[in-house]
Amino acid sequence: MVEPPHRRRAHTRTRDLERYAGLFAERTGVMRSSAMRDLMAITARPEVISLAGGLPDTSTFPAGTFAAQMTRIARESTAEALQYGPTEGFEETVDCILEVMGAEGMLPDPDDVIVTTGGQQAIDLVSKTLVDPGDVVICEAPTYPGAVPVFCSYQAEVVQIDCDEDGMRIEELEAVLAGLDAEGRRPKFVYTVPSFQNPAGVTLSLERRRRLVELARQRELLVVEDNPYGLLRFSGDPLPPLYQLDGGDFVIYIGTFSKILSPGIRLGWAVAPPPVMEKIVLGKQASDLCTSTLTQHFVREYFAEGRWREYIADLIGIYHGRRDVMVGALREHFPAEATWTEPEGGLFIWATLPEYIDTGDLLAKALREDVAFVPGQAAYADESRGRNSMRLNFSGVGEDEIREGIRRIGAAVAEQVELYEALTNSAASSALAQPRKSDMDAAGLPRPGAAEQGQDGGEVLPFRKQGSA
Amino acid sequence: MKVAVLKGGRSLERGVSLRSAARVEDALERLGHETVAIDADGDLVRRLRESSPDVAFVAMHGRGGEDGTAQELLEILGIPFTGPGVAACGRCMDKVAAKQVLRGAGVPTPDWFAFNETAFRELGAADALPTLGERLGFPLVVKPGRGGSALGVKFASSPAEVPAALVSAFSYDDRVLLERFVEGRELAVSVLGSEPLPIVEAIPADGDRYDFEARYEIGRTEFACPARLDDAATEAVTTAALAAFEALGCSGFSRVDLILGAEGPQVLEVNAIPGLTDTSLLPQAAEAAGISFEELVERILELAPRPAAA
Repeated sequence: MVEPPHRRRAHTRTRDLERYAGLFAERTGVMRSSAMRDLMAITARPEVISLAGGLPDTSTFPAGTFAAQMTRIARESTAEALQYGPTEGFEETVDCILEVMGAEGMLPDPDDVIVTTGGQQAIDLVSKTLVDPGDVVICEAPTYPGAVPVFCSYQAEVVQIDCDEDGMRIEELEAVLAGLDAEGRRPKFVYTVPSFQNPAGVTLSLERRRRLVELARQRELLVVEDNPYGLLRFSGDPLPPLYQLDGGDFVIYIGTFSKILSPGIRLGWAVAPPPVMEKIVLGKQASDLCTSTLTQHFVREYFAEGRWREYIADLIGIYHGRRDVMVGALREHFPAEATWTEPEGGLFIWATLPEYIDTGDLLAKALREDVAFVPGQAAYADESRGRNSMRLNFSGVGEDEIREGIRRIGAAVAEQVELYEALTNSAASSALAQPRKSDMDAAGLPRPGAAEQGQDGGEVLPFRKQGSA
Repeated sequence: MKVAVLKGGRSLERGVSLRSAARVEDALERLGHETVAIDADGDLVRRLRESSPDVAFVAMHGRGGEDGTAQELLEILGIPFTGPGVAACGRCMDKVAAKQVLRGAGVPTPDWFAFNETAFRELGAADALPTLGERLGFPLVVKPGRGGSALGVKFASSPAEVPAALVSAFSYDDRVLLERFVEGRELAVSVLGSEPLPIVEAIPADGDRYDFEARYEIGRTEFACPARLDDAATEAVTTAALAAFEALGCSGFSRVDLILGAEGPQVLEVNAIPGLTDTSLLPQAAEAAGISFEELVERILELAPRPAAA
């Protein structure tokens, strides 16, 4: 007779905890939960207007199209769609990827491409391939909040390079590289989101793109270009991806269908030079054997229909409108001391408040008004940075909600500003709160070309490390 | 017995509460009780009426569940519940009220000043800040009047840092307190019924203060239980903790947080409904006393007062 299944016994004793803790790998020591994660749990309440997510809008995807494609898959390829697939992904999926990359002027060798379970897995696989404990990984400050835990889980030392409105400050990167040289250390790679960066919304200028690629070539340094939003441009002229400028020698490229089709299908990809790709494939094999074959079939069908560009154009229209609404609402409801980026594409605005406002605490206040955002701290490996900034998403909720959400956050901020002024007892306090105003541009990021070793010493720190734990 | 486990709610400590409750539910089931888990929301009263439990296990932390609100509803519905009653919960949740009670009862607690926002916005209280800094000294601690898990607690090491710390604290409550910082060992005494459990000492692993992260993460803080204290210190700490528990009118169980400094123990606060998560202090203290988590849960249930009518 088969015994009925029973639930796992709860861990009821400290002894048990210690037993598990004693088994934990060293790397788990840097995998941290946080007060913020607890607060973010509350943002999931239905009544909360969440500007915290990174969600694309999937509501306009035609249900009929989805149904027809899935039906066709069922009718024509059930067995294959339910079977394992090659670790590198189907050739047909790679064809779709080449189409997408072609739309931004890139022409990789199909053999250099691997289909991954979302762009996130590509970041993981690249790190798994390249990073030993203690290795330096360089990224932007602020950087994609989801990348920091990946680098940390491989025990990398994360060094962040400040951004301004033109993206990563390359002069500062050079200074950091020189500093590492002096210590006899060589960073494994530079991770960057050059277009409509998550979280800052800024785009690396053409001049800096050229310089970065040149640096990589001179130093034989790898650059990992993560480009989820490149095709989501509302205004301004398209810029060539680093991969195109470099030709794929020193740039590893990461792409995804998440923001141009669906994050639920978990399909992304990486493009890397053959020797690196060989290791990435082995790593992928160890991780999950292959990417979902079912969703690869879906993408194949979807691209066969030939309307993927129109769908992106629709998304651009929607996001453009929402960005405008958010910027308008920020102008109306945020106090004069606040600054923010006005991205030409993508999903995010980065807003910076006076230094005395801690956005983690502000989130607690905002949650009482049923509105949420991501505190800036999440975008830094050094938790003491980004404390007065926040990431605001404009793609995931409708225009009315954006207006109302920003109004509520603005009201909470205004209360804090007023209180601080009362506390410091001085009408000039708002000026005091931002002593570096002259060095800042409208985005609250240091001005491009401002002295990289800024006289303030606070905003521009060329060398930042992951905390000691 | 049919036990309703109240959990979650809209408090900022919702996540902690869900972890406490999951563990309690597990223990209750193993003890053979019928459990009804209720995530406290607009349906709370209706669901309590529908399920008509014999007793409610309140596993909520922070506003709504630990401040007497849920307790008041349970009283109205005539459902016995675990932990302290309405008045004690209210006093413990409000750190200012709690400190007033403690001082009145002669229980040592660090000096403090409390302000509400109106004082600063309308009554020019900012002008009093320098005097206050002189009296309390630096560093000083700025805390929201109500709230738990160290959320919004800031240390100001100089007068210039006080305004920003106040802005942060006011994000959580409209009243804040500025408290003298007492250097010393961080101790917690859990009380079960009227018995003190062994003292737990929190020793942050990386020399940090015992903050939110350190509280809820395995491996971030080392705990010594029983704390390595000499007999006289143990006696002094336990006496202060029991005095605080009684002064605030707690019953059932609660946890008293203290600092043992050069001038003896000082009570910082009393948690009416302390955490029951994997890394929480009360379960550790109970275990050190030879009380398993199941036994602890059973004892807490037994301690729930039965109203005369029931």
